[in-house]
Amino acid sequence: MSDAEREDLRRHGILLTSLEELYNWGRSNSIWPLQFGLACCAIEMIAAATARFDIARFGAEIFRPSPRQADLMIVSGTVTKKMAPLVVRLWNQMPEPKYCIAMGACAISGGPFKQGYNVLKGIDRFIPVDIYIPGCPPRPEALLHGLTQLQEKIKAERLAGPDTARHLRPENPGEFPIPDYGAHDLQPPNNPALFSPPSLPRKP
Amino acid sequence: MESLEQLRDRLLTRFPAAKVELVLNPGASPEHSLLLEAASAREIALFLRDDPFVKLDYCSNVTGLDWPDKEIIETKKVSVPDPAGGPAKVVEEKTKRLQPGYLEAVYHLYSMALKSTAPVILRLRTVNRSDQVTLPSLTPVWRSADFQEREIYDLYGIIFEGHPDLRRLLMWDGFKDHPMRKDYVAPDDFEWEPTPHGVVHERAKAHYPLPGDRLGQTPAGQQPGTVSPANPTTQPEAKP
Repeated sequence: MSDAEREDLRRHGILLTSLEELYNWGRSNSIWPLQFGLACCAIEMIAAATARFDIARFGAEIFRPSPRQADLMIVSGTVTKKMAPLVVRLWNQMPEPKYCIAMGACAISGGPFKQGYNVLKGIDRFIPVDIYIPGCPPRPEALLHGLTQLQEKIKAERLAGPDTARHLRPENPGEFPIPDYGAHDLQPPNNPALFSPPSLPRKP
Repeated sequence: MESLEQLRDRLLTRFPAAKVELVLNPGASPEHSLLLEAASAREIALFLRDDPFVKLDYCSNVTGLDWPDKEIIETKKVSVPDPAGGPAKVVEEKTKRLQPGYLEAVYHLYSMALKSTAPVILRLRTVNRSDQVTLPSLTPVWRSADFQEREIYDLYGIIFEGHPDLRRLLMWDGFKDHPMRKDYVAPDDFEWEPTPHGVVHERAKAHYPLPGDRLGQTPAGQQPGTVSPANPTTQPEAKP
């Protein structure tokens, strides 16, 4: 049955769906974010939860204070090297399926503090990031847009077959190594399974 | 409010054994300061806080400074008499002098009781930058110096004697360096980014050698064995 035929039936009051679609519809409309903020981006995240922007319209208003109950980690703000192991630890404590939004320039790349000594140059060095929201800080609308993009991503996930969703694949690590505080830097400085630094294109 | 010279004279009459020096910083908005020595700094600070005519009861800011070793070249004109009996020649003689570096803690003090508007600035200097970096803590005098002295200890490495809780503030406990010192070398996690500014680009070029370069040859200023994981031989040949 094609999508057009199904839409036609839907107009006549007959809902035909698959278990996968129903499951993803439910999941994508009840994303519970983890309640924590790291810097000024967190203020915009809080603003997105207020009545003016109202993240509740997308089913993501229940900010959970415990990682055990959360589906989504919004890394909102500057991740210092001192804080990075704790963020990874929280990520490890979240049950699958879990998603990560890197909100703002600092969480993506270190932002204006990239050349500094104490700021992680992007949280994607240690945990897998699903959605990147640029901005410094991004407006609440941008966060809502990122959330709807994440919903699209969840709705497109497959429960079986070769392109199975990440959390259903048996090789999915689930837990990620927590870096140690070294004498000069985090040890290791990034998770080599997730991240390798970009190279400089040079003319020979 | 009396001037800084008057304050220095008052301190010298009250503490005859102490050494109090006026450090001038002239300019459009001059910020002169008093240089104290470590031995008498605590007593002087207590006096500044409690004396009814000074009453500096509010320490608004404490910060650190790093003065690295500096080579000073002095040129002196010396007249050398001509052995042939002619007029004496004037020769410039250059002498090199190594001014040893030190670390400095600067305290900005105000008086709430006397409603002062300009700060009284105190300076404390360590003997050197390596092993004699101890200064007396003024946290017992002004409680607000607590976190700021911890931050100076963290970032500059000044050890404040008598501080109630001297731990690192921003970096973790096992961290060995002091990042705000001039000779701090940041960890080598540099990476190229698509829109580098000049300094970043220069550093990137040193970091990622050209594919034709001999392997194993590390650029100047870089420790061998810390080459980034990006393999220079497998780099894509794209437009710079």
